[in-house]
Amino acid sequence: MTHNVATLGGKHKTDVVIIGAGPIGLFAVFELGLLDLKAHLIDILDRPGGQCTELYPEKPIYDIPGLVEVTGQGLTDRLMEQIKPFGATFHFGQMAESLQKQGDGWSVTTDAGTQIEARVVVIAAGGGSFTPKKPPIPGIEAYENSSVFYAVRKMERFRDKVVVVAGGGDSALDWTLNLQPIAKKMILVHHRDGFRAAPDSVNKMRALVADGKLEFHVANIKSLVGDAGQLRGLVLNNKERGDFEISGEMLLPFFGLTMKLGPVAGFGVNLHENLIPVGTTAFESNVPGLFAIGDINTYPGKLKLILSGFHEGALMAQQAFRYCRPDEKLRFQYTTSSSSLQKKLGVA
Amino acid sequence: MKLIVTDRDGKSHELTARDDWSAMEVIRDANLPMSAECGGACACATCHVYIDEQWVDRLPAAAQQEVDMLDFGVAVHENSRLSCQIKMTPEIDGLKVTLAPESL
Repeated sequence: MTHNVATLGGKHKTDVVIIGAGPIGLFAVFELGLLDLKAHLIDILDRPGGQCTELYPEKPIYDIPGLVEVTGQGLTDRLMEQIKPFGATFHFGQMAESLQKQGDGWSVTTDAGTQIEARVVVIAAGGGSFTPKKPPIPGIEAYENSSVFYAVRKMERFRDKVVVVAGGGDSALDWTLNLQPIAKKMILVHHRDGFRAAPDSVNKMRALVADGKLEFHVANIKSLVGDAGQLRGLVLNNKERGDFEISGEMLLPFFGLTMKLGPVAGFGVNLHENLIPVGTTAFESNVPGLFAIGDINTYPGKLKLILSGFHEGALMAQQAFRYCRPDEKLRFQYTTSSSSLQKKLGVA
Repeated sequence: MKLIVTDRDGKSHELTARDDWSAMEVIRDANLPMSAECGGACACATCHVYIDEQWVDRLPAAAQQEVDMLDFGVAVHENSRLSCQIKMTPEIDGLKVTLAPESL
């Protein structure tokens, strides 16, 4: 078998929906799979791995049992390989938005309109959904989705506008370069004259500045000028000039991602400081059939370690089986000796 | 040794710092609001602090990785640092920092 990546917006039915395709969600597929339970995973990112691939793909991890050293990307790749036999379905680039009771189980709907019915839901959302950082500029919310955007969905929206990009990473520079030809005027604002971006992009950006096709300010954004959600200008600040105003009709802040709990907070589970309290026999929340594993849960003695999350997934799977297969006897087996498990793994 | 932290409400906290801990760890241990999402890997810029002017030149300079990561901080100023990259040592006993605003 192999992984399936679902298209946006479909309707599905499965045994278990896992919210979060980080290492803990991925390994849960394995533990569920050994018990013949099928899983669908939802993740806001466009690839598996969660924090491991988003925050530290190249950084070595040294505390995975049996792996002396593995990078965040390496661990994710290995987990994807390990769960291949179980044919999980992935729903990438979507956020689990609502959870409704449906019969004995649940119906999960994403912000892309995907609907998945399942007997059991497992929240393995780590620190929450990765969402764009929003700079703490006073009153910025009033301009969001009319003049302030944290992503470019339609480039046409920026045609013939005075566009200001804030930030100095790859997204900031890529969009500066992409939008410059269609914008009325393109402006880049960054706190230093240096960039954490591909050298080629930096060179192109500097060439545009030299040609007078791009205005670049080493400054901070202090406030926004405009009304009724329509931006007219920005007040910048730097050491040389103090406060000064520039024109701007559109603002695109690109400061990377941060983790927000998001809609999960409204799923009816108890929360303690943005974490989901669970029991330690099955890592089930206060809502029967709704589990929480990995960094997002809390219990006495909790350690936010990947290895703890693996253990939590194994125990969760036992209880999930009881919900999904109430008439079947749960048989505890070892992969080393069980020919039926080996068949599932495709090695027998 | 001490680490003096001004929180986002302007309140000052005198924290006891341990040798070799990062300033981020000291701040988190005191339950001050700091998400420090990546846990100290210099990979997220959510442990951002402003260094008191008196102290800016007394800290070891930021490594390139920290300078680069600060590009993903919000409201970054010249005295911005990532607290996970500041190791507490007797030389900086009494360091004063202010928690930077977080993403909205």
